[in-house]
Amino acid sequence: MKIMVAIKRVVDYAVKIRVKSDKARPIEHKPSSGVETQNVKMSMNPFCEIALEEALRIKEAGMASEVVAVTMGLKQCVDTLRTGLAMGADRGIHVETSGPLYPLSVAKLLRALVEVEKPGLLILGKQAIDDDCNQTGQMVAGLLNWPQGTFASKVVLDKEKQVVTVDREVDGGLETLCLDLPAVITTDLRLNQPRYATLPNIMKAKSKAIKKFTPEDLNVEIKSDIEEVQVTEPPKRKAGVILSSVDELIDKLKNEARVI
Amino acid sequence: ISTLVLAEHEGGAIKPQSVSAVKAAKSLSNDNPISLLLAGSGSALHEAAANAASCDPSVSEVLVADSDEFSHPLAEPWAKLIHLVQQKGGYSHVITASGSFGKNILPRAAALLDVSPITDVIEISDPHLFVRPIYAGNALCTVRYTGAGPCLLTIRSTSFPVSPILTDSKSNEAPITQVDLSTFGEDSVGKSRYVKHTSQDTERPDLGNARVVVTGGRALKSAENFKMIEKLAEKLGAAVGATRAAVDAGYVPNDLQVGQTGKIVAPELYMAFGVSGAIQHLAGMRDSKVIVAVNKDAEAPIFQVADYGLVGDIFEVIPELLEKLPEKK
Repeated sequence: MKIMVAIKRVVDYAVKIRVKSDKARPIEHKPSSGVETQNVKMSMNPFCEIALEEALRIKEAGMASEVVAVTMGLKQCVDTLRTGLAMGADRGIHVETSGPLYPLSVAKLLRALVEVEKPGLLILGKQAIDDDCNQTGQMVAGLLNWPQGTFASKVVLDKEKQVVTVDREVDGGLETLCLDLPAVITTDLRLNQPRYATLPNIMKAKSKAIKKFTPEDLNVEIKSDIEEVQVTEPPKRKAGVILSSVDELIDKLKNEARVI
Repeated sequence: ISTLVLAEHEGGAIKPQSVSAVKAAKSLSNDNPISLLLAGSGSALHEAAANAASCDPSVSEVLVADSDEFSHPLAEPWAKLIHLVQQKGGYSHVITASGSFGKNILPRAAALLDVSPITDVIEISDPHLFVRPIYAGNALCTVRYTGAGPCLLTIRSTSFPVSPILTDSKSNEAPITQVDLSTFGEDSVGKSRYVKHTSQDTERPDLGNARVVVTGGRALKSAENFKMIEKLAEKLGAAVGATRAAVDAGYVPNDLQVGQTGKIVAPELYMAFGVSGAIQHLAGMRDSKVIVAVNKDAEAPIFQVADYGLVGDIFEVIPELLEKLPEKK
């Protein structure tokens, strides 16, 4: 069985992002058009790292034959794909696009790639930390009419029965589902601790194959029914006060804020 | 304009976040018939439908889908149900709350309808213009929906607050209609099966809707020490929250995590103990009305959003608070 993993290049999670003040900016890769991305550290979306790690562990346990990492977007996304190959993915696919790319288009491109590669599992991060959409996995599952296990914190594959049991982090605790393969899984934070790429593996990754596609190759028309109008800074909270004692705190909460 | 609101229900009543979704639907337009869709099976469903019929005077109709397929919130049949009901009713908008239920189902339904969903909406400017946070709330993005198809939204219930449901307004009851499921088909049925649900049942208020939230961070050092937070919450009638670090360290279960990838809360009072204030955590609580932070590091970023800060050792401050806070009646 083959596993396909979708990975996204995003502004590194530790970067404090800056909203661009210039409204007349050029349209860049979505969703960062309103946010400074020049000379900013870019990384693999943390949830995608977890997705890739899970695929690698399934392969290492002898339950999968190959892990294919897929990315979409500008040509720089290849760097992120190389990181994925250095972590251990066997080969990569890059669908190169230039304009804004929203989850519906990503889901359609993924569906087309699934039809080419025929994986038994498609694993994605539950959300990207730039647009925080949390949509793509659910959408591609819907397009493929595959069952979905979103927000996974535990994945147990049964190769014989061709099912996967997924523990999901839901609002009121944990939910366990059993899905027939092929299936889509999206990963939550506590699924695993992703590995670092070691230097020898980074060197090895340079010779791994990356196949390029364009949306036209895959017969997917990139159109969008949403448009980013503007990006603004959130309202700032007014500065608070530092108190000196518990008594003062209780007094403020009681008599000033009137919340207790 | 007409709106379909997908509602969640539990124990024969619709959940508060679904009433928030109704409130969001009302803000789309003054002239906006709202249909509430409830699915499930058995008597609890019909009880909830009766409750939903009087939850808000602007609800014009309650649609009930009664089938064993909806006994559990599986995305496959539910997304299909939304697709079916939308196609039949021709709604211009479909709205649900942004919890794990809505986030799981609505994007799948959007894919079936071939439209882009807009998730985590915090403001509705006009029927096609919405504001949603990006980058963990460090920026706000205004999005216009330009599609010809229906506009599918999930809304943050904290941005559309509602007062507790008054179920005695029986004078204003919307008609209840059964959804015709004869064309529902079975092609996606059985590919996913519900196994179980595990939760830590507590008497405490729900984190997402609590008036007061008391949160502990990694500085609590152990699950044993975290009980102090729980005691304090009890005294204040508050819900308990935690940072990612505290959850990862195993002090409390995952569903208590507040932040970008956990719960988004906006209570009247948010008290953070031993929380440094990573941007991912701030994303989940920055809209709280009053924020209190107690941390021994005066430089901790949490103090930049706190209305009241106290620089001190939580192991001294919490016991003192427990002793001095007035008893909750």
